[in-house]
Amino acid sequence: MLEQLTSRLGTLSSALQLRAARQQILASNIANVDTPGYQARDIDFNAALTNAMQARNMPGLTHTSQGHLTITSTEGMIGNPLAYTVQTQPSLDGNSVDLDQQRANFADNTIRYESTLRFINGHVSTMLSAIKGQ
Amino acid sequence: MSMFNIFGVSGSAISSQAQRLNIVASNLANADAVAGPDGKAYKARQVLFQSMPGNDPGTAGVKVKTIHESDAPHRRTHEPSHPSADAEGYVTHSNVNPVEEMVNMISASRSYQNNVEVMNTAKSLMLKTLQMGQ
Repeated sequence: MLEQLTSRLGTLSSALQLRAARQQILASNIANVDTPGYQARDIDFNAALTNAMQARNMPGLTHTSQGHLTITSTEGMIGNPLAYTVQTQPSLDGNSVDLDQQRANFADNTIRYESTLRFINGHVSTMLSAIKGQ
Repeated sequence: MSMFNIFGVSGSAISSQAQRLNIVASNLANADAVAGPDGKAYKARQVLFQSMPGNDPGTAGVKVKTIHESDAPHRRTHEPSHPSADAEGYVTHSNVNPVEEMVNMISASRSYQNNVEVMNTAKSLMLKTLQMGQ
């Protein structure tokens, strides 16, 4: 029963963490707008969320030996979908950051992060009113 | 994983851009300087940025790699009456191109502003995250 109360929060928290990770990557792109040779990065949010959901549903790795490694949460979260953005206007110094595009992506990601937060808050207040029975 | 890294990333970009602005100010201040008795005139300087990989995958800050001195030819004028004139009557000026420096200044100022805005956005998102579930 308790699991049903919080199952949707699991999805939302994965989404929130991924949005935070993407926000960091976009901030790095904006920071490196004048760095020669810097390649802009981004994540495929859908693929990353699917990965995160699968990782969540998978049973944890069993450690049968002390030498076994643990998958860190960040690596498992982003994993492969971390890619390089497509360059629209090539520049002479090899920098592939398109500032306008990055600014737009950053604003977009901000709104989506905030909406995920609101979904979580809404879910929490729904569950609280269900518990109180009012 | 949190968005705290954004402050490190954007902060490094802001300090690098501030250093670039310093260099531009130094170049513009010395734009009209002439060679002293040793015959060496001021050489225009330029910062070279380098990206600095962060803790999380895909994130990178910026640092100033080196400060490069321009090898452009110095402007020489024939002014035999000038106190700094050499044996042939020529005065060597600095090789600063003021137009180039003004463009550099505008670019540095815009990049600085962009990073400040990124920091502010990250800050407000984190403050909202703190209020999650209330």
